[in-house]
Parts: sequence; structure tokens; C-alpha cells
Amino acid sequence: MTFKTEHYVINIGPQHPSTHGVFRLRLTLDGEVIVDVEPIFGYLHRGMEKLAEGRNYTKNIPLTDRLDYLASMINNQGYCMAVEDLLKIEVPERAQYIRVIMAELQRIGAHLAGIGFFLNDIGAFMTPLLYMFREREKIVELFDMVCGQRLNYNYMRFGGVAMDLPDEFLPALKKLLNELPGFINEYDQLITTNEIVLVRSKGVGILPREMAVNTSAAGPVLRGSGVKWDLRKNRPYSIYDRFEFDIPVGEHGDTYDRYLVRMEEMRQSVRILKQAAAQIPEGEYMGKVSKLIRPPAGETYTAVEGAKGELGFYIIADGSENPYRWHVRAPSLINLTALREMLIGWKVADLMAIFGSIDIVMGEVDR
Amino acid sequence: MPEQDLAHIAARLNKEFGEGTAAADDLRLIICAERLSQAATLLRDAPEYGFDYLNSLTAADHKTHFSVVYHLTALEAGRRLSFKVDLDDRENPLLPSVISVWRGADLQEREVFDMFGITFSGHPNLKRLFMWEGFPGYPLRKDWVNRDV
Repeated sequence: MTFKTEHYVINIGPQHPSTHGVFRLRLTLDGEVIVDVEPIFGYLHRGMEKLAEGRNYTKNIPLTDRLDYLASMINNQGYCMAVEDLLKIEVPERAQYIRVIMAELQRIGAHLAGIGFFLNDIGAFMTPLLYMFREREKIVELFDMVCGQRLNYNYMRFGGVAMDLPDEFLPALKKLLNELPGFINEYDQLITTNEIVLVRSKGVGILPREMAVNTSAAGPVLRGSGVKWDLRKNRPYSIYDRFEFDIPVGEHGDTYDRYLVRMEEMRQSVRILKQAAAQIPEGEYMGKVSKLIRPPAGETYTAVEGAKGELGFYIIADGSENPYRWHVRAPSLINLTALREMLIGWKVADLMAIFGSIDIVMGEVDR
Repeated sequence: MPEQDLAHIAARLNKEFGEGTAAADDLRLIICAERLSQAATLLRDAPEYGFDYLNSLTAADHKTHFSVVYHLTALEAGRRLSFKVDLDDRENPLLPSVISVWRGADLQEREVFDMFGITFSGHPNLKRLFMWEGFPGYPLRKDWVNRDV
């Protein structure tokens, strides 16, 4: 006699710490095996794109802080670059360096949170997360020093940054840069060869190369699948072409590779930061920009390499003080397209690891 | 400035799929809605184009018409291309889905449907993405009125 099974539908989540209450997955299961996935979100939708149409360009900078709120500095940079593209203005050297320093510090901070949450997801309750936040805290202290904020920085402006670096910043940065490689190596020793991490993530949730490209996956998810694509290198913006750094890629496209890519990217960010801290020139931190921003009619799609992947701003200007259309290409949202491909065929217990490995932030998904 | 010779691409599309498929000037490439699927497949598969990565898909309401904007990258060559599809019918805007060409369009087409009410034929799961089922109207249309205010 044979047994027949029936598919059933269950809701999973919120489980990942950054999806607290605003995200769940509706799974169709055959026993323990996932046969279909539908992500359900929209609870955090604040209608930023509509809001932005009613506010002037400068007042939209704080909105970008609230997209990927673990990487606000990079969001600031992406939006400011888009408007600078519309205005056709140059950013002074010193400001470019300050922006790169902030963006790379932020990338380390975001990856620390991402890896900490990932380990939390696969059952390492709290300890690694607290260690990760110990280092993230030092980065946040530096941000606090430059702009008085710890989460929503609102630091960059069209044509530069809001304030120059205080005198104590560079010494503190250099001290942190000397410490960080040691901490990253320590995590590497604790996690990368940890037997539980290996069993839970190696070979799990494979996203093949072609599928990663076809689903528009971005950032560590794309690079974990072996696609060497990083906007900082492939379409250099700001002053990234002046620094030496490598783009880590994975071989198998599994959960472990996505973790390894983030780990290595932190090291590469330290490399960039060391060069930037050594080279930063004296000079203006803000270009000559009129107080009233009124870009000429036109449009732009400007993208930066965010912590989660390509963060693009598509803006249509009509010559008035407000943008006519303001759209964010959010990597966290679009990476969810690939989630389905990664999950089908795996068991419910693997879902936690796979979902953790895409490093999602809901502020950016819902907008 | 665009990195591609847009007029050249438009001429190629018109030659393959008939006059009126595409039009271009220095700044923009416009593809007609009826032949979008074939044009998209060509842009992805032809070796001289190779636009295998859909960066972004979004729409804008120009009051007289909608335009849906596609931003593409050819990852091998590192080139970019963007094109638009204009939709004159404000009552019932309809466009073929490009999911079969770029799976990455899935959630983005749903977002455009949710915010502008543009229907993508052939989309396997065209439901609202952010707003709840039954939400009145499409918030990013310029004539949308927020009744709560």
C-alpha cells in the first residue's frame, strides 16, 4: 500500500530580527519540503515615493536614511549623487573622500549586522550577534562624532557633506582600522570552520549563476553565485577607481558562499578605508551649491553599490523644487525574487539559514 | 549621455519585427507595447546586445500617458541601456509582462501594478504588493486623491 501526501499551506515568520512583525512567508509544503513560496509584506509601506513628490529635493535626504536603516550613509550617498547628476555639479575632493570613508564604514557595519543576524537565525542565540554589535558600535560612535546621530544620519548634501570631520575623527578612525582586521580574523576563526555553521549552510539554498542574473539578484547574493559584478569596480563612481581592492565571489552560490563574500567584503572595505584615511586632502567639504535646489527638467538613474546590492535612484525632474517622480531600486526587495529559487526543494529548517543569508531590511523592501 | 547608439538599436528592432516597433533619438529609446516581448528577447539574446540583467523596472505618470521604464545591463560587457514603453490608455493600461525574459521583473511589475494600475498580461501572480487587496485607487497616479487628508 502506498501513502498519499497532501500539500498544505503555512505561514512562517516573522523570524529574522529585521523582519519583526512586518514580513512573513506563505509556504506550500509537502511534508517538510517546500514546494512553493510567497513573501508577504507591505506592512511597513510609508509611501516614500509619493511623499517625495510633495517635498523638495533637500527634504528628501532624510527619507533615504529610512530605507536600509542599517546602511543609511550609503543611501544618502546614492540619492545625493543622483541629484548631483541632474544638477551637473562637482563634489570637492575632500567631500568625496569623506563620503567614501562613511560608505565603507557603513558597509562593514551593515555586514556585521547581516552576519550576526544570520548566525542568530541558524540558532547561535545572541552571543555572536552581541560580538558583531560590539564592533558595529565603534563604527556608530564614529558616525555620532561627525553628525551627532546614531542611526538616521542625514549627513550628506548635494555638493558635499553637511559638516567637516572633527579633529578627533581621523585618529579615531585609524585606531579602529588597526583593530578591525584582528576582530574580523577572530570571527573568521570562530565561525568559518564551525561545524554547525558548515552543516547548516554548505550546499544549502543554491542559487545558480544564470538564475542569479535572471532574477536581478544584487550584492553579496549575486556575487555569492560567482558573478563578479560590483558597481564600485565595474562602473566606478565617486573616487573608487583610485583605491586598490578586490571583489570576492563565491563558487557554489550556496548560503555559505554568501556568508563568505560578506566576510571578505569587510576586509576589502578596511583596505579601502586605510587608503582613503591616508590620502584624504584638506579643502572644502561642500561645493558651491545654491540653497534652493531646482534641477533642470530631465531624468537620471544613478546607482551605488549598497550593502545589499545595487541601490538605484530614478528621478524625473520637471524644473520645479520637487521631484516629479522619485523611485528607489531597492536591492532588498528585488533579492526576494531569487528567494523562491533558493527555497524550493529545501526543508523548513533550512529556510531559516537561507533567508538569513540574503540579509534583508524591511525599510528598504516596503519603502 | 547614453552609451548606446539608440537609433541603431531602434533600426534593428524595426527591421526584425516590423516598422513602428521602436523609435529613438539621442536620449531615449521607445518600444511599442505590442512588440515588447519580442524586442526584450532580442535585446537579451543577441550577442551584440546581451542585456541579461534587468536593473530596474518602474513607471511614471505623465498625466497624458504612462511610461514604463526599463533599465538593463549587459554584465559581460558592462554596458547599460534604458528604454521606455508609452501607454496612452489611462482607463485600461495593458502591457505584456517581461518575466519570461527577465525573472527579476516579477516583484517590480507587481509594484507598478499596485501603484499605477498598469496590468501586465502573462504575469503569473499579478496581485497588489504593498497596499492591501481592495485599496481604492493607485497612489502614484498624479490624479489620485488621498481621502484620509
